Amino acid sequence: MSGTTMNPTSPLIEVEHLAVRFTTPNGGVVEAVRDVSFTLHKGKTLGIVGESGSGKSQTALAMMGLLPPNGAVSGVARYDGRDLLGMKHAELNRIRGDRVAMIFQDPMTALNPFLTIERQMTEVLQLHRKISRKQAFEQAVAMCEAVRIADARRRIKMYPHEFSGGMLQRVMIAMALLCEPDVLIADEPTTALDVTVQAQIIELLRDLQSDLGTAIILITHDMGVVASLCDDVMVMYGGRTMEYGTAEQIFSQPTHPYTIGLLDALPHLDDDGDVPLRAIAGNPPSAGGAVHGCAFAPRCAMAEEQCASVRPELLAFTDTDGGQRQRACHLPIAELRPGVRVGGAV
Amino acid sequence: MNPLNDTPLLSVENLQVHFPVANSRLPFAGKRMLHAVDGVSFEVRPGETLGIVGESGCGKSTLSRALIGLNTPTSGRILWRGREVATSNTRRDPQLCKSMQMIFQNPIASLDPRMTIERVVAEPLTTHCPGMGAAEVRERVLRIMERMGLSQAHLQRYPHEFSGGQCQRIGIARALISEPELVICDEPVSALDVSIQAQIVNLLKDLQRETGLALIFVAHDLAVVKYISHRVLVMYLGRVMELADKHSLYASPHHPYTRALLAAVPRPDPSRQRQVRATLGGDLPSPLALPSGCVFRTRCSHADDACAQQRPALDVMDDGARVACIHPQFDTAGEKVAAHGG
Repeated sequence: MSGTTMNPTSPLIEVEHLAVRFTTPNGGVVEAVRDVSFTLHKGKTLGIVGESGSGKSQTALAMMGLLPPNGAVSGVARYDGRDLLGMKHAELNRIRGDRVAMIFQDPMTALNPFLTIERQMTEVLQLHRKISRKQAFEQAVAMCEAVRIADARRRIKMYPHEFSGGMLQRVMIAMALLCEPDVLIADEPTTALDVTVQAQIIELLRDLQSDLGTAIILITHDMGVVASLCDDVMVMYGGRTMEYGTAEQIFSQPTHPYTIGLLDALPHLDDDGDVPLRAIAGNPPSAGGAVHGCAFAPRCAMAEEQCASVRPELLAFTDTDGGQRQRACHLPIAELRPGVRVGGAV
Repeated sequence: MNPLNDTPLLSVENLQVHFPVANSRLPFAGKRMLHAVDGVSFEVRPGETLGIVGESGCGKSTLSRALIGLNTPTSGRILWRGREVATSNTRRDPQLCKSMQMIFQNPIASLDPRMTIERVVAEPLTTHCPGMGAAEVRERVLRIMERMGLSQAHLQRYPHEFSGGQCQRIGIARALISEPELVICDEPVSALDVSIQAQIVNLLKDLQRETGLALIFVAHDLAVVKYISHRVLVMYLGRVMELADKHSLYASPHHPYTRALLAAVPRPDPSRQRQVRATLGGDLPSPLALPSGCVFRTRCSHADDACAQQRPALDVMDDGARVACIHPQFDTAGEKVAAHGG
């Protein structure tokens, strides 16, 4: 199966060599994202996975121009051929929330507690669509119904605290989809939710994507959610891309020791659960430290001498099935543990 | 070791924890009761792990806090080795506090930021074993820290200098230093990354094998619970829906809620991604106004009029599972449930 990176039409989102640096109050520099590149086509879903501190959220925030004042971004992030990073604020505001929308991780804190859901939803439409309040209200109600909020006409007049977490996440999704964006960036959209609600949200995103053709960037640490939704997957660690390919490739034939470790560490519901989990030893890197070699080298069971000193480039290669994909590792694929477990299968 | 033959270490009988809730708009309207835990019974045997799963708001944290004495039950009994114990921890026998310890959900917030790690870990000994000499306390702290994979160099540091996974190891060291027989773990791995989560789960399993410790493992992640538990209790709105041996619960769940819960877990396998999953519709009913009869009936696809009439008892099935449902589900040959992967 060939990757969507082979799609001949021009991509909707192109990110090249994106880097995010933060200056700390005592003069230090934290490199949160280092040299990240990816593309996203219409109607497709890219999953960005990684553990906390891997830089996945900062990548999204940098694209949307939402970094705090001490953050600096370099590289290119093009939406439909236009670079978002060099854009003037006014121009960016015409794209943000309209063509490219974002769902934030914590629905409880992302919404304004002082305003009703209606006010917060119609604001988006009035700003981007220049329509009357009445029309905006009707559209907001229709969108709330589309994300299956029961009794939407009444509930839209309520305040955020009157909703449950799952309902608020639906409100966030409805708000992000109001202007029918081309691209939806979802930062851990289901992390705060229970599994049954998470399953509802996953189905909802899947349905909306097939109806509207929205492209989705899904940021998560949950490999199950990634497998449920994504076409392509980018695995990040220590601010860098470790491996990038189709979901099929990443889950069934991971070629990076970190991806292999991550998949092995997952408890599987279909196993009998009597064997110990295969944990990755050590702790994730702290953001401040300078990394010379591979960021994963200190925890990698297969690391060699050069891994600690020479940074592996993210190189494209063709795998045995003929698919195009990328990995950043010095070790030849043949040396990695053979018979890698295919997700879920026993 | 077969933990199933021993007499129970801990028995809980019809435990209820209700919280009064003020009606904020009408100051004199009286208080309504929130039924957080509503008649829960189970036992824990020495050396076994009982997993407690359920969604947020099902009362699993309130239950574990009530067991350790942090919430006072409204009614019901807690028995330790067959003897009833005081439900409030201020009136509890100090020996019992030593034997029953707790690990909390947020590893960093559960450590006092102004105490060194040595003081944090030694505190259960200095509190419960006042006769113990300083040298012995230190020696036991060193021993437990080493077992947790932390070094002597860490002892004089403060909690903020550690990562989440390390803080959870410190939390486990604190819980285990008084050599308890039962440790209640309230979502001990849900704040941790996957690779660290696996380290902590393996550590707890190893410790149990070495010391014969019993665990109550409260979590919302069904896959993690499967890896660590011997038996699993499924809660919904403060009540027990199903209590069964791990293998039978995951292979052939009988309660419609257990089935829905298992079916909703996304599998890390993209080839199964387009499968329709039997998900639960609707939201959790308000715990202030519980449905009559079976609390799950408002979201259950098998519910009928009879379900609204009376609260189903926790009946024992042929395979030993205890199920609170008047329409328990069974797998017939050739037809597998969605929970099974279809």
